[in-house]
Amino acid sequence: MSRRPYFRTVSRYGWWFAHPRYLRYMARELSSAFVGAYGGLVMFALWRLWQGEAEWNALVGFLQSPPSIGFHLVALAFALYHTITWFNVTPKAMPVQIGDRQFPGGIIVGTHYFVWAVVSLALFILAGAGT
Amino acid sequence: MAFRAGVPLKDMEFVQYHPTGLPGTGILITEGSRGEGGVLLNKDGYRYLQDYDLGPPDPWPRKNAMELGPRDRLSQAFWHEQKKGRTIKTLHGDVVHLDLRALGEKKINERLPMVRDLAKSYVGVDPVYAPIPVRPVVHYTMGGIDSNIDAATSIEGLFTAGECACVSINGANRLGSNSLTELLVFGARAGQGAARIAAGSHKTNPGSAIQKQAEAAEGRIKKLFGANGGGETVSGLRDEMNTTMEEGAGIYRTDASLRQSCEKMNDIGKRFANIELKDKSNVYNTDLLHVLELGAMIDVARAIIVSALQRKESRGSHQRLDFIKRDDKTYLRHSLAHYVPGQDPDITYRDVVITRSKPGTRVYGGGQK
Amino acid sequence: MTPRRIEFEILRYDPDKMQKPEFQTYLVPCEEDWVVLDALNYIKDELDRTLSYRWSCHMAVCGSCSMMINGEPTLSCKSFVRDLPNQVCIEPLNNFPIERDLVVVLDDFLGKLNSVKPYLIPREKKSLEEGVYLQSPAQLKKFKQFTLCINCTLCYAACPQYAHDENFVGPAALALAHRYNLDSRDVGRTARQDVVASNLGIWECSFVGACSEVCPHGVDPAGAIQQAKIASTGDYFMDLILPGRKS
Repeated sequence: MSRRPYFRTVSRYGWWFAHPRYLRYMARELSSAFVGAYGGLVMFALWRLWQGEAEWNALVGFLQSPPSIGFHLVALAFALYHTITWFNVTPKAMPVQIGDRQFPGGIIVGTHYFVWAVVSLALFILAGAGT
Repeated sequence: MAFRAGVPLKDMEFVQYHPTGLPGTGILITEGSRGEGGVLLNKDGYRYLQDYDLGPPDPWPRKNAMELGPRDRLSQAFWHEQKKGRTIKTLHGDVVHLDLRALGEKKINERLPMVRDLAKSYVGVDPVYAPIPVRPVVHYTMGGIDSNIDAATSIEGLFTAGECACVSINGANRLGSNSLTELLVFGARAGQGAARIAAGSHKTNPGSAIQKQAEAAEGRIKKLFGANGGGETVSGLRDEMNTTMEEGAGIYRTDASLRQSCEKMNDIGKRFANIELKDKSNVYNTDLLHVLELGAMIDVARAIIVSALQRKESRGSHQRLDFIKRDDKTYLRHSLAHYVPGQDPDITYRDVVITRSKPGTRVYGGGQK
Repeated sequence: MTPRRIEFEILRYDPDKMQKPEFQTYLVPCEEDWVVLDALNYIKDELDRTLSYRWSCHMAVCGSCSMMINGEPTLSCKSFVRDLPNQVCIEPLNNFPIERDLVVVLDDFLGKLNSVKPYLIPREKKSLEEGVYLQSPAQLKKFKQFTLCINCTLCYAACPQYAHDENFVGPAALALAHRYNLDSRDVGRTARQDVVASNLGIWECSFVGACSEVCPHGVDPAGAIQQAKIASTGDYFMDLILPGRKS
């Protein structure tokens, strides 16, 4: 025998351009950076609020500037992408079986969207009541 | 390999045709599709099985009748329909229709999802809306390497299990899913038997006789690597062999057809000596594999023909147009084909051991009690 | 119907003659109802007998004929000519060493498959006389999907995690471990966790999901791994709350 298996190499970088599904995956991974950044911003805002009215108003002023609005739009897009891609795979990670019947995936996904909508609505109402 | 080493091949004349394979690819459409209520129709849309003692044509599936008759009877009925010109012509040969439409989409999806997938993929037919073209296809060799109930052969230490073996649980016409028994029961027994023998024997240097055999085997392969310009190809001989066997030793056989096939196979066997190995690589050489396999297949084909030629009766999957009756007096016996280098195999017979199931008359459909 | 001529670019490698793989082109007159495997068989029979590839059943059951077809891990018996352009690129499965032409070395995969103990480990072994281990249809349904794996290794070819770390146990083996862990007749989960719930097991997976996209039988290994992660996280917290508990 003269076996001599040939090993192909995969580049550490750039492999995600090899197939759309890898690109979609990397986009999902990247989206968490924006979700994280927005989380940081919220923490920062709370800190400013705790510091006093002047600091808070300065921040609000900054938030209304065009670059800030631009960031918010981009962050929103990534947050939506993040949420939707994760919600859509929940039936895979958390399948529900009742008796010998598998719970339809649509209902599991739908429940997530429903809870999301309810929590968002509750926040809006609370925010509205505060002003 | 076992055949050449001196173990006889038992009951090789019994080759099962599955009645519902897809044309071209031979992919099987499970019996279950008929069990659920699928019907077989000829080109006039007629359930032709009622013409072959398999009726009455109830609209519901009835055990051992019509579409649920045995595989050999259904395949034979196709042959007769084809002779009468009542089958449907396609690019891949004649077919009949397996109609599942009455079952409806829900039931097909629930019970036969794989059938729907296979039909849609491989013949472009959705069985919910159209009948599936099917034809009998060679399915299973009931015969094989002669083995006892412990999966042991006549050579000490050589065990056999699976389709290559013949423990004789299949008789002359196998039932669906019996291969599971072949594998699980006799595979286990073969393994246990082999382990017992291995544990009981001491490790010794292979004797000079075995060494010689190994060198001879190596020499045969080396010769293949050395030979050039023989001109015969694996695919060429294989296709000729397929046609020869299908024509002469197919669903129905006669003395004349078998003799003709025998001559043709002897010719193919001779030409096989001129086969040329094109791939001379030492790594994963499938050309070599195919050449060795073809050589073995030619020997097996000759065992099938000669066994069939000498069984002058019709039984199970072995149907002779010149001897249409079953003859228990002469042939309630196993045939044993013994290898003779360069010649037709010798056939001897052995009595059948009958235990619980007694041979009876085979009656199907409305004729049943 | 007249056959369509398709150009097959096939990556060839013969360690006896070549230093590295090279493409070779074959022009094949294809019938529209063919699959790629039929075209390969045509090449083998009519054009070039030295081409090596694995195949057996021709009906997507045996899992032998896996290869990259136009960059996608595919069973060549389930890749229909009617869906393909006039130029088709065929390579051996990604992420495996090439043995010869389209044949890859599967030793690594087979070792991993074995490492997750992919067999029933019952609480008490029953003798033949005691009969079989019973199970209700509802209990079967829990894991039936994961029994459909045919070990075709397409999921390993699609997985970038496996591409970058060959020590990753990988989709099919982990899905099979999950299949036995979910089986009501099996108590082998603890014995499997050493391999399954390790950094090279389920925790190496970052849920790319490519394995499930290419699976020809809808096994969904990605789903199995996420379920195993949730169960393993549960174990972690249970151990925190009740140290020394028996799992």
